[in-house]
Amino acid sequence: MASNLGVAASAARTTSESAEKISVRDLSFFYGESKALKNISLPLYERTVTAFIGPSGCGKSTLLRCLNRMYELYPKQRAEGQVLLDNENILDSKQDLNLLRAKVGMVFQKPTPFPMTIYDNIAFGVKLYENLSRAELNERVESSLRRAALWDEVKDKLNASGLSLSGGQQQRLCIARTIAVRPEVILFDEPCSALDPISTSKIEELIDELKDQYTIAIVTHNMQQAARVSEFTAFMYLGELIEFDRTEKIFTTPSVKKTEEYVTGRFG
Amino acid sequence: MAMADHTVKSYDDELKNLHEDILRMGGIAEAQFASAIQAVTKRDTDVAAITVKGDVKLDELNSIVDQRVVRMLALRQPMASDLREIISSLKIAADVERIGDYAANIAKRSIAIAEMRPVKPLASIPRMGRLVQHLIKDVLDAYNERNAEKAKQVWLRDEEVDDAYNALFRETLTYMMEDPRNITPCTHLLFVAKNIERIGDHATNIAETIYFIVHGKALNESRPKGDSSSFLVVNPDDETPRG
Repeated sequence: MASNLGVAASAARTTSESAEKISVRDLSFFYGESKALKNISLPLYERTVTAFIGPSGCGKSTLLRCLNRMYELYPKQRAEGQVLLDNENILDSKQDLNLLRAKVGMVFQKPTPFPMTIYDNIAFGVKLYENLSRAELNERVESSLRRAALWDEVKDKLNASGLSLSGGQQQRLCIARTIAVRPEVILFDEPCSALDPISTSKIEELIDELKDQYTIAIVTHNMQQAARVSEFTAFMYLGELIEFDRTEKIFTTPSVKKTEEYVTGRFG
Repeated sequence: MAMADHTVKSYDDELKNLHEDILRMGGIAEAQFASAIQAVTKRDTDVAAITVKGDVKLDELNSIVDQRVVRMLALRQPMASDLREIISSLKIAADVERIGDYAANIAKRSIAIAEMRPVKPLASIPRMGRLVQHLIKDVLDAYNERNAEKAKQVWLRDEEVDDAYNALFRETLTYMMEDPRNITPCTHLLFVAKNIERIGDHATNIAETIYFIVHGKALNESRPKGDSSSFLVVNPDDETPRG
């Protein structure tokens, strides 16, 4: 009983103390004629990890890509509705996309280091947005690599190619690169699906540390991972948001039968 | 809530095996308890001896359930209702195993009781036994049907067992005061009654667990706590014991 009360109290704290960093309101998304997201509304709380789960093709990656308008890179894709970041609708045509993507960073499924040195992988993005002295830039590179728990492994070879690192290190390099431009929100699109279990644990530990400072959204096919890293979980199916609740609720006593069937492995 | 099968069929088979092991344990415990009551009331030492030996089967099945549960937790990483089901199997198996232990203890005491002259409070044992037999049967049915309402009824009815125990406790004390030669058989009888009462408590534990399996939350309404014998004082100068 005591533990139940504790959980309820901590959930209340999470929801009351954390403001909505991002509010998705009645969001629909179209790939040409086909509607991939159907009137989605959900909050992303500040300095909280929210996980999106659901079977392939349910729209979770599409939803993530709406949060920094990554879809703009492709023709015939459009979003309707609102995505409010600090109460500003980022879907507005007046939104500066470069600024948006500096605020909302993204880490992809496969590690995507640039074909340049480890140092430049971090410095490249920073130089686009800020005019820093050499010393300041060194400082930024080091702090980003430290924050991404990679510094100790690469401090002696900052001039080696980013591609020379292992998969797990490359992914942490990409996270360091994302952090370096000082975003407010970080989107992870299946960040561990190409990594071994040890590297996966490191990324999960990192996400846990990063949530002190950033608002985080993660798409994952690994339900245990969603359960481990997130405070809130959204279950999506066929472009609809089926259930959004505290992660613990979703994985112990979900309210919707479809969610239960999915998390217990009874789908289809 | 009728749900679809698991995508991995062997997972369903494992859950089914677990369910069947629990039912098998329940069936054995039910029979063990009935034999123990029979041994006491009919002063049948042969039945008593068989009952004492029979407890081994429950211990064996309990450890099989333990192994199955550990294996499933490690290999399946169960979630939501599956997790509740599997964790609850562990708890129910432990409760049923304890019921078996109490039944065996009743059977052991029945041998001692049979060697002594019958005392009158013995007459209350069959009624109390029947009451608890019904609780066990109903709680096992509730488990089999995943029927939380039926489980709750068992949980509420445990109060009757407590009342019967309290009555028997007072009665036995009076007999012991009347004649010191009654003390040995009455003490054994008191333990028999206490064991029956404890079996009722385990049936209510199982009822709580079933409620948790079905609803995912604890059955937390307050239940009247019936056993008041802990507070009972008997003054030898009084005519009747006071509560």
